[in-house]
Amino acid sequence: MTAFLCSLGFRRFRQSFAYGVLWTAATVSVAIMLFVVGYVIVRGFSDITLDFFTTSPRGGLSGEGGIYSTIVTTLYLVLVTIVIATPLGVGAAVFLVEYAQHIKSGAIQKLVSVARFGVETLAGVPSIIFGLFGYALFVTALNLGFSIIAAALAGVCLVIPVVIRTTEEALKSVPDSYREGSLSLGASRWETIRKVILPSALPGITTGVILSVGRIVSETAIFYVTLGGSYRTPTSLMSSGRTMALHVYYLAMETRAFDKAMATGAVLVALIVLLNLIINSVSKKLSAE
Amino acid sequence: MVYRLALTALIVLAAGGLQAVSAEDINIAGSTTVQPLAELFGEAFEANHDGVRIIVQGGGSSVGVRSAVNGTADIGNASREVKDSEFEAYPGIVVHTVARDGIAIVTHPDVPVDGLTLEEARAIFAGRITSWSELGGPDRMITVIAREEGSGTRAAFEDMVMDEDLICAGAMLLPSNGAVRTAVSTTPDCIGFLSFGYLDDQVKAIAIDGVEATVDNASNGTYPVVRPLNMITDGEPAGMVAEFLEFALSADGQAIVEDEGYIAVR
Amino acid sequence: MTRKNTVETVMKYVLLVSALTSITIVLMIGIFTLKEGMPAFREIGLGDLLTRTTWRPGQEQYGILAMIVGSGLVTVGAVVLGVPLALGSAIFLAEIAPQKVKAFVKPSIELLAGIPSVVYGLFGMVVLVPLVRKIPAPGNSGYGLLAASVVLAIMILPTIASVSENAIRNVPRSFREGSLAMGATRWETIRKVVLPSARSGILSAVVLGLGRALGETIAMIMVIGNSVVMPAATGGNPLTIFLSRARTLTGNIAVEIAYATGIHANALFATGVVLFVLIMLVNSSARFLISNRSYK
Repeated sequence: MTAFLCSLGFRRFRQSFAYGVLWTAATVSVAIMLFVVGYVIVRGFSDITLDFFTTSPRGGLSGEGGIYSTIVTTLYLVLVTIVIATPLGVGAAVFLVEYAQHIKSGAIQKLVSVARFGVETLAGVPSIIFGLFGYALFVTALNLGFSIIAAALAGVCLVIPVVIRTTEEALKSVPDSYREGSLSLGASRWETIRKVILPSALPGITTGVILSVGRIVSETAIFYVTLGGSYRTPTSLMSSGRTMALHVYYLAMETRAFDKAMATGAVLVALIVLLNLIINSVSKKLSAE
Repeated sequence: MVYRLALTALIVLAAGGLQAVSAEDINIAGSTTVQPLAELFGEAFEANHDGVRIIVQGGGSSVGVRSAVNGTADIGNASREVKDSEFEAYPGIVVHTVARDGIAIVTHPDVPVDGLTLEEARAIFAGRITSWSELGGPDRMITVIAREEGSGTRAAFEDMVMDEDLICAGAMLLPSNGAVRTAVSTTPDCIGFLSFGYLDDQVKAIAIDGVEATVDNASNGTYPVVRPLNMITDGEPAGMVAEFLEFALSADGQAIVEDEGYIAVR
Repeated sequence: MTRKNTVETVMKYVLLVSALTSITIVLMIGIFTLKEGMPAFREIGLGDLLTRTTWRPGQEQYGILAMIVGSGLVTVGAVVLGVPLALGSAIFLAEIAPQKVKAFVKPSIELLAGIPSVVYGLFGMVVLVPLVRKIPAPGNSGYGLLAASVVLAIMILPTIASVSENAIRNVPRSFREGSLAMGATRWETIRKVVLPSARSGILSAVVLGLGRALGETIAMIMVIGNSVVMPAATGGNPLTIFLSRARTLTGNIAVEIAYATGIHANALFATGVVLFVLIMLVNSSARFLISNRSYK
């Protein structure tokens, strides 16, 4: 018996069996995913006309109308969030990569490790906590109400770690010779960063920003409790609104317009695919250089 | 360069923000039962008042009362009576009853039971009756759907139907009338309760003590589960808000109330 | 002090401040949720909050044990369903996939990680709930832990698969070569050499998925039924526990926060604190696992 179990033939058989299991696992995984995405895309796109993009939702809970105002809200929210989060996140990453190790002061070194701990913790916080926090601080305490600005500030908490991490990676991949060259020519550290390092890290930073755009577009929980859900086209930072993702939720839960929900979901999926393609082409360009 | 662009964008956005604050916006928040009504009042009111925008948000009755007081909204909606505790906490509030609304007990269209006594309804929602067979239906377990705590519809339903009983813990809880309607119309064997304004042909409204859930029966007092729909302001309303509330109570406004399946108050 | 030096110094501190943004946000979140949750801890008591199963804000009863159990069970369900598939796919991609297959499978898994959770929730409502409803069991409405677990499993699959694939691929080539040279088959090498070396990386991938599952909100509200009740099996089969409706900690916050005032709102913030602590525990165990890698 033992001899059989040790025989090469049996071991080969066992390998084929294991490989079969692995092939099956991968096939099943991919099949499930293709089914979910395919189902939403196929059911969704059969319902999409040009009108769907150019008209706003209407008729209260009837689920009529298109998604125009939700596109506007999504764009508005993405723009405000990115405008706030990018400088903060890039600044943080620049400090952590370019300055932290050159400062000898023990107090600053402590701050740096605290800052790193902050980034790691923030990256693990579930989004509903950002929503709860945003509701308590921005919506209620700061009296911003359910508004784009309140939602964007809560959204910033979500994407800041994304921007910081991708920017850090991008900065680390800039060769040290660039830094040395610039510094030896008499440029200060900040000049080196601004004129040499940031430009060469730009594709990486862009990737981080696009990833953040994706996170905001996909996020629902935060905006469910901070954005108010009005389907009117927003006119200012203080307007309440409804993003496309939130619209999917409201359509499915409140109106039974499942086909409209699928259509909106399909648009979202298409958008995410597009963002992914952009990231891929940016990083291809990056590795080609 | 990127930053300069971003900065410009921010300034433009901020300017847009300031500009819109100065425009005439009436913010309304609260009860999801009053929400569609408020939206329709708003659409009609905007048509006659240039530059005025009525922005309606959900929340819930308790939030409606609170946001009227803390200034988050100009008008707070509540689909129930204002509680004594709320009058104590916010003595300045003024209640405008713009409509009345029945709460219908609804089931999935395939449930073969058409009428219940108030007593039976209470027993179902309290979890004492668990199968449709106890009411002459098939031997299938009843799925109870209710609203979450804080909902005005739930509070009014508990007041008028549940008496001292509690809605059973196993009930599926949903965050709005719309969500209840969706779930009731798509889940077999289930029962829930719904504002009259949300009734349609995909849910079945049940007669209570032999009285059909109709607006007529509710306004002549025979249907037992009726509550006021209130719009609440902090102090007597003034300016555009006063005009808006006047419109809601005008003949045009009350016509909207009746069109939507609620009960007119004027 | 030249102008250049001034700019240099100013920029250094500006950047330091932005580096501290994250920790500031973390602290503010901590302080705010704790401050808002404190009245609940004081008046209800931490013990009662954590051990009572009745949540009836109208009756001033605030126990979140049912929600903790709900979150726990749905996460367990998702892990049981999702992890074997995810790990199988990861090993497949890292070790045996032909280049062409890999070129197709890997990006699709990465893409899947970015699909909005509300889309998965919608899929759950429209496809899974009616499917689950077909299981003949008393009181089965389709909404509940099973549908929620399946949705979550699909959601965490890409995360776990791609992170553990990285861990497996990072096992040094020499390990494999050594094993193969000694006459082990490819599969024996994978099982006895590669996987044990990648163990901590794989574990941390699973924990990462666990954290995601615990934190998911919207998709859960859409399919789990939101009942505040201890999940229980009906009849003799303990697996029917997954047919019962439940509520997650995240769902409790999202469904009720807009409706809550006073101590009810405080109790929801307390729910947030509990969720926060739970996730921190899970995530820090992941960090612990990563820092204890058996190879460098």
